[in-house]
Amino acid sequence: MKPRVVIVGGGAAGMAAALRLESRGVEPVIVEREEVTGGKVRNWHKLFPTFTPAEEVLEPLCRGIVERGIECRTGVSVEAVSADGVVLAGGERVEADAVVVATGFTLFDAHRKQEYGYGIYDNVVTSADLEQMMNRGSVRLADGSAPRRIAILHCVGSRDEKVCQSHCSKVCCITGVKQAIELKKMFPEADVFNFYMDIRMFGPGYEELYREAQQSYNIHFVRGRISEASPTINGRIQIKAEDTLTGRPLKMSIDMLVLLVGMRANDDNASLAASAGLALAPNGFMQNKDPFTGAVRSQREGIFYAGAVTAPKSLADTLAEASMAADAVVDYLNADRR
Amino acid sequence: MRNIKFGYGISKPRAIDIDSNDLRKSNEILREMPELQTCIGCGSCTASCTAGNLTQFNFRRVHTLVRRGEYMGAYEEMNKCMLCGKCRLVCPRGINTRGLAMLIKRKLGDF
Ligand SMILES: Cc1cc2nc3c(=O)[nH]c(=O)nc-3n(C[C@H](O)[C@H](O)[C@H](O)COP(=O)(O)OP(=O)(O)OC[C@H]3O[C@@H](n4cnc5c(N)ncnc54)[C@H](O)[C@@H]3O)c2cc1C
Ligand code: SF4
Ligand code: SF4
Ligand code: SF4
Repeated sequence: MKPRVVIVGGGAAGMAAALRLESRGVEPVIVEREEVTGGKVRNWHKLFPTFTPAEEVLEPLCRGIVERGIECRTGVSVEAVSADGVVLAGGERVEADAVVVATGFTLFDAHRKQEYGYGIYDNVVTSADLEQMMNRGSVRLADGSAPRRIAILHCVGSRDEKVCQSHCSKVCCITGVKQAIELKKMFPEADVFNFYMDIRMFGPGYEELYREAQQSYNIHFVRGRISEASPTINGRIQIKAEDTLTGRPLKMSIDMLVLLVGMRANDDNASLAASAGLALAPNGFMQNKDPFTGAVRSQREGIFYAGAVTAPKSLADTLAEASMAADAVVDYLNADRR
Repeated sequence: MRNIKFGYGISKPRAIDIDSNDLRKSNEILREMPELQTCIGCGSCTASCTAGNLTQFNFRRVHTLVRRGEYMGAYEEMNKCMLCGKCRLVCPRGINTRGLAMLIKRKLGDF
């Protein structure tokens, strides 16, 4: 009989791990809380740094799951894990020979940074909202007009002790550069300003895209964090920052403010960790066994990690890790059977 | 010989000279408030500053210069601060910037 592995979470990480496990002779079972698989990537429009439609990456994964008949239990969340199975909401137990935790991350709730007026003023949107607006083809101001001046703010809900999120979310700088270019393509007449504290272009092709944003699209990069946004009498938004490179306070009126929201740890990481004796990193993400040789392993034999559940991660890194995790599972199962 | 005007004069060197700056006061300040070492220079304190909106006062610039051992004029600059504490509300590193304003004044009164 084939060994059975439960994969918790059917995002990009979970699906890619399932496909790899299946092709290596294991029977994977995906448990996904939502009604559909795909995770956050389902909401994204085009992916940095290549502007590949997110659908082009997700669709083959979803198709593979169906074509290979991989069991997928959707609409139910996992509440406890152990090396020999998981417990679903409602109490049902699903037995397994190993478990992969691929529950990803949670988007930072921009309402918590009240000073930026998200949910209070019109035309303050998050990067995640903007992806969905692009998917619907409806990037417009609330009154239906085109924005003439747009500000994009980096590090919203990341690197910020005030909201207890001191880590860097890694993907938002490059998302900000990508979205600045997309906005400029949609609204060539508009001026786009990115307000940053540090520009972190860690991946291949990222620095090049940053340069292209400056050179070919004339995106303005201002080094300073917006301290507050307020409405103007004519319905625009006024923002304040320090232009730290000139050492002078700066204010400007804009039509649209895009908040690059961070990736934070899932709230149920703590209870999942407690159920199996796993460790949490200080920022609440799952702590892997070792950053070099144990990136996809947990503190418990038989429980593995894949994707953004251990740290903010790009989709490319997530997919690479999913394969690594599947291979580590197969090694573990083989050692067990010897 | 006629005095030729080149349109510029020779002024004091502008470089921050860490070799000749005395960092003792700066280190004292950091010892009393080590959290200042975590400043990422984001400028939120300056952007939100009540005094900075009315005068040339730039709190981030002053406390950064102080850390480099450039104390000249820092005390006078800090006198523009009204100790309103707005900067403390926005600092993403959670630095007690209002306390820092008082600390700089206490330490650098004689510069
Ligand atoms: C605004 C934004 C834009 C981005 N754009 C890009 C981009 O252009 N290119 C790129 O490379 N990366 C991008 N990323 C990063 C990308 O979204 C992540 O790398 C990717 O989503 C990680 O996949 P994952 O499967 O690990 O996690 P997720 O996508 O979070 O999936 C986790 C899945 O697990 C499920 N789940 C969670 N808890 C449970 C539970 N207890 N029981 C059962 N199921 C559960 C969730 O419902 C979800 O379906 C972006 C991120 C953000 C925030
Ligand atoms: S990736 Fe950039 S925007 Fe995101 S938290 Fe890190 S520094 Fe801030
Ligand atoms: S406490 Fe001083 S430095 Fe801080 S915002 Fe108020 S006036 Fe500015
Ligand atoms: S707000 Fe805090 S981190 Fe930002 S420049 Fe001021 S002291 Fe430094």
